[in-house]
Amino acid sequence: MNVSAAETVDLSRDHPRPLGGGPDEDARVLWRVARLSLRYPWRTGMGLASALAAAGFQVLVPQYFGQAVDHAHRLLGADGRAEAESALLITALMLLGASLARGLFTMAHNYLGEDVGQRIGYALRLQYYEKLQRLSFAFHDRVHSGDLMTRGMLDLEGVRMFVNTVLMRAALLVFLIGLGAALVLSSHLQLGLLSLSYAPFVAWRTSIVHLTLRRSWLLLQEKLSVVSRIMEENMGGVRVVRAFAAQPHEMAKFDQASDAALALAKRRIGSRVRESTAMSLAFYGAMGLVLWFGGQAVLAGEISIGKLAEILAFMTILQTPVRQIGLLINGSSRAATCGARLFEVLDLPSEVADRPGAAALRPGIGVLRFEDVSFTYPGQARPALDGVSLEVRPGHALGIVGPPGSGKSTIAHLIPRFYDPTAGRITLDGQDIKWVTLASLRHAVGVVQQDAFLFKAPIDANIAYGDPWADRARIADASGAAQLHDFVARLPHGYDTLVGERGVSLSGGQRQRLTIARTVLLAPSVVVFDDSTASVDAATESRIHAAIKALAKTRAVVIISHRLGTLMRADEIVFLDGGRIVERGSHAELMAAGGRYQALFDLQAHGR
Amino acid sequence: MNAPSHGAPRTGRPPRASLSALTEREDVTYGRAYDRRVVRRLAAHLAPYRGKLLLGVGAVLLHTVTQLAIPLVIKNAIDQTLAAGTESLAATIAIFAAIMLLNGSASYVQDLVVGRTAETVLRDLRRSMFAHLQRVPMAFFDKTQVGRLMSRLQGDVGALQEFLENSVLSVGELVLLFGIAGVLLWLDLWLGLLTLSVVPALFQVRVLWLPAARRAFLRSRESSAIVNGALAENINGVRTVQAMRRESVNFDLFEERARENLSAQLWSITLAQIIVPIVDALTGVAMAIVVVIGGTFVLDGRIELGVMVASMFYVQRFFDPIRALTSQYSVMQRAMASGERIFEVIDVPVAIADRPGAVELDGADASVTLEDVRFGYEPGLPVLHGVSIAIKPGETVALVGPTGSGKTSIAALVHGFYEACAGRVRVGGRDVRDVTQASLGRMVGMVPQEPFLFTGTILDNIVYARPDATRAEAEAAAQAVGAHAFIARLPLGYDTPLEQRGLNLSLGQRQLLSFARALVADTPILVLDEATASIDSFTERAIQQALARLLKGRTGIVIAHRLATIRNADRIIVLRDGHVAETGTHDELLRAEGLYAALYAMNFASFDDLPEDVAKRAVSARAAS
Repeated sequence: MNVSAAETVDLSRDHPRPLGGGPDEDARVLWRVARLSLRYPWRTGMGLASALAAAGFQVLVPQYFGQAVDHAHRLLGADGRAEAESALLITALMLLGASLARGLFTMAHNYLGEDVGQRIGYALRLQYYEKLQRLSFAFHDRVHSGDLMTRGMLDLEGVRMFVNTVLMRAALLVFLIGLGAALVLSSHLQLGLLSLSYAPFVAWRTSIVHLTLRRSWLLLQEKLSVVSRIMEENMGGVRVVRAFAAQPHEMAKFDQASDAALALAKRRIGSRVRESTAMSLAFYGAMGLVLWFGGQAVLAGEISIGKLAEILAFMTILQTPVRQIGLLINGSSRAATCGARLFEVLDLPSEVADRPGAAALRPGIGVLRFEDVSFTYPGQARPALDGVSLEVRPGHALGIVGPPGSGKSTIAHLIPRFYDPTAGRITLDGQDIKWVTLASLRHAVGVVQQDAFLFKAPIDANIAYGDPWADRARIADASGAAQLHDFVARLPHGYDTLVGERGVSLSGGQRQRLTIARTVLLAPSVVVFDDSTASVDAATESRIHAAIKALAKTRAVVIISHRLGTLMRADEIVFLDGGRIVERGSHAELMAAGGRYQALFDLQAHGR
Repeated sequence: MNAPSHGAPRTGRPPRASLSALTEREDVTYGRAYDRRVVRRLAAHLAPYRGKLLLGVGAVLLHTVTQLAIPLVIKNAIDQTLAAGTESLAATIAIFAAIMLLNGSASYVQDLVVGRTAETVLRDLRRSMFAHLQRVPMAFFDKTQVGRLMSRLQGDVGALQEFLENSVLSVGELVLLFGIAGVLLWLDLWLGLLTLSVVPALFQVRVLWLPAARRAFLRSRESSAIVNGALAENINGVRTVQAMRRESVNFDLFEERARENLSAQLWSITLAQIIVPIVDALTGVAMAIVVVIGGTFVLDGRIELGVMVASMFYVQRFFDPIRALTSQYSVMQRAMASGERIFEVIDVPVAIADRPGAVELDGADASVTLEDVRFGYEPGLPVLHGVSIAIKPGETVALVGPTGSGKTSIAALVHGFYEACAGRVRVGGRDVRDVTQASLGRMVGMVPQEPFLFTGTILDNIVYARPDATRAEAEAAAQAVGAHAFIARLPLGYDTPLEQRGLNLSLGQRQLLSFARALVADTPILVLDEATASIDSFTERAIQQALARLLKGRTGIVIAHRLATIRNADRIIVLRDGHVAETGTHDELLRAEGLYAALYAMNFASFDDLPEDVAKRAVSARAAS
């Protein structure tokens, strides 16, 4: 059961490790999942015991049934009518009792299996959530969020369901088939064997079928997702489609994809139906044999008619469970795939963490220094930063500008220690940030990110994201400093307005200012504005200027931007290229120097 | 809010912390189980497959009858064996074999025909929705989110699949239920009646249980949607979470949600399982009745032993059709709601279609003229109040103006996306309403503000407007706009697949591909909405050069945001409030000292989407000085 390449993403690019490495690996993963259920020994034990009891009563039902037939038959026409009637009554009560008991134990077995599975799912979900929170930016850069969602939803489900759809059901099947087989074989060996003759064939076919159906199901999902993508892109790009009058082309694309999906779906149905018909015929063939030989045995007086009825009833009871063997195989294969993917994340070490012996940052005025700092992203050959030295102090603003890939954003990532420098050191108030706790460092450093993320929550909760205990007055202060308050005050629900996905949609500039407010609320001593690709309109830009200017009076401020309007008023401006500082100085100095900064300024301000 | 915040205790649940509330309710509405209109519409889509459906229903009936017959065969086997000998047993076995073969073939035909027909009908439905969406007015897309449409195309069509498959099979279940009852009564009226007395109870239990169970299932689905939503939010916002050190607060909140989910799941399992012993007990009662009453009847010689055995077999099958039929009810409710939503889309009227007698544009005249055009997206909210513009062939015109001044509307009208409320839009001298859509598409090309690429290779995207274009043409276009260099550097070159609409390329690169696509389309007229600030200034030079090549020899209408573009235009049209405020070259407009000069004086790096209040300030500042 190899994991298909499409299903896996290599998480650790530095140490690639094969996934789903054959049966051994699968068995290891399944054993690990099975062990999870041992954390709930009482429930698991009770579930297994219930399975045994349910199987026992299930098998008893056809037995009592056969008994009743025999009573009726044996006493047919005989004298002891009262005796016969009471025997029938007793059998009827036993039948009722067995039926009820079977129901109760089946319920207990199903419930406990689900219960253990849900508890495992709950524990894994918390563990997964916590792990993702602690994994570094480098990890989140590398692994697509959709992939992480799939692992946290579908793979987790696959693992959770292993307990009740595979382990518990397997136990029930083993008990049921074992008890039933023992019973029929002991009562009549030949008939017993005949009644079970279909089972190996069906078990074999159903296992094969489920595996192939699963493979083709994955393939079908892929084909269907192509259809969805074509429809989605068609609608998302409706203007392009119509402007180029490309509707016929689009319909052709759609037809090709949807016909391919339809053909596969039809093939799947075909193979499913063929197999299930073959399995039914095998079952009924066995039943016919039992009827033929059983009838003769009854005629020969070898067995009673009730015995024959019992064996037939038993066959009908076992028919469904035998077919479910395929589900077990399918469930195991799914759990092995899903488990491997889920555990892969859970087993990752957190990359940036407090070093042993890290101390809290001693509070200072907020002097940030880069001393000959170099940094290379994992797996890259070229350094993103190459020997950069900088200093910012409170009341001082540093502007950083440069072409894409020059290393601007890397600086923003190194200051709060989302990554550690490969060489050189970064200090805050004289303390190497490598040796301070992350919590204290990130308290002192605020980063206003370019991709302002809004949570599905009211505006006040979004502003107070870093300090959910903040009261409304502080929130309003922060929002005022970020030039956001007037806008919020004009909203009908003010700070209680819901934003995010289905809430009020904020413009790029408003989102940006909300992120500034979020940072200001935490009163950091160093503020980093990472504005390297943000798009805000010209008027908003001037509002953001005002916000930054107010902050820069008391704090060390680093502004990273490609718009000179944003950083031309900074005290010092550095021009980065290829990870190195190529020009530095004030706006006036750089303009006088007539270098790349001046060329960029002319382009932006005069269109020349 | 006057409590001093810094001294507030920081334990317990933070007052302002929340985790992704459930905002997306499930679109499941439990309405009517039968809606004549929906069924009729659906029937029209089924009509082409009438033969197959009849075959399917026939197979279902045959299958059901053979299933009903099995216990009767067993009965016969028992009774004949007891009465006669091996010969009649052989006959019974032969009948059994024949019935089994019939049963097997019927179930084969039934599953195959029903399954495949359902898939085909769904494909047809999806196709007619999709085809229809190609022709609905553009305004429909302004009002409807793509996500909602997708859920109709996928979720709702999927809900119908369940319905189509189950409906045919339900016919069998219904026949089975009545068949079992009929056979039981036929075997022995009184035994049958007594045995059947549990059926209403089974129904009743199921009917009482269903609403509670459905509520529990709905709640469990919702709560897992909440938990997964919270997980998704944390994954997408993980940078903010870590930067703001929210990890432990979020963990506590998430644990709360996960715990709620656990209890909702456990409750729904309880409800799902509670019905098991009840059904088993009722089945047990029915079996006990067969044993006691049937046994007594056998003793009395009233019925044969085989009847009792057969009755036992039937009793065990009671619940299957009841379960199938009651769940079919909710399947039908869902299907009716889905069907209604699907047909709602198919029923959106097609507004702009080729008029009878629409002519083909020949492309000889590349002029664009607006004559006193009035237009608005919503009635009563006019955007253009009588705009007249005449653009000569080969001329490049820059449209400039604050947000809401009508630039985008003019572009949309030239493409024929909307119809003007009054006045006339002429392309190549012809009213756009009188020309075929296809020929208009060949006449007017487009470069959107946000480059929109399709999944496929780079080559596919460049030749999008003209799939018959050769590879050489595509490469020449890429060369001309300066995209060839970066494409050639990619390991797969022009065959590089674009993932997620080209997110594996930078914005600037996508922009260049969008230019190359327009160049291959080679339309005499080009409407170009310039990218706003999102393009890096360094890439901008390359873009500017490409722009110049693209517009060379074409009529260009450019919604311009950048000074460089505006200065390079042959003519600048300044719009404000849906009117043409000024027109002229850069120098002329500066001399005129109007709105353009005022905006230019404010020294903004770009003209992108200036809000109206800035325009006002500019004008009043100008007037004051």
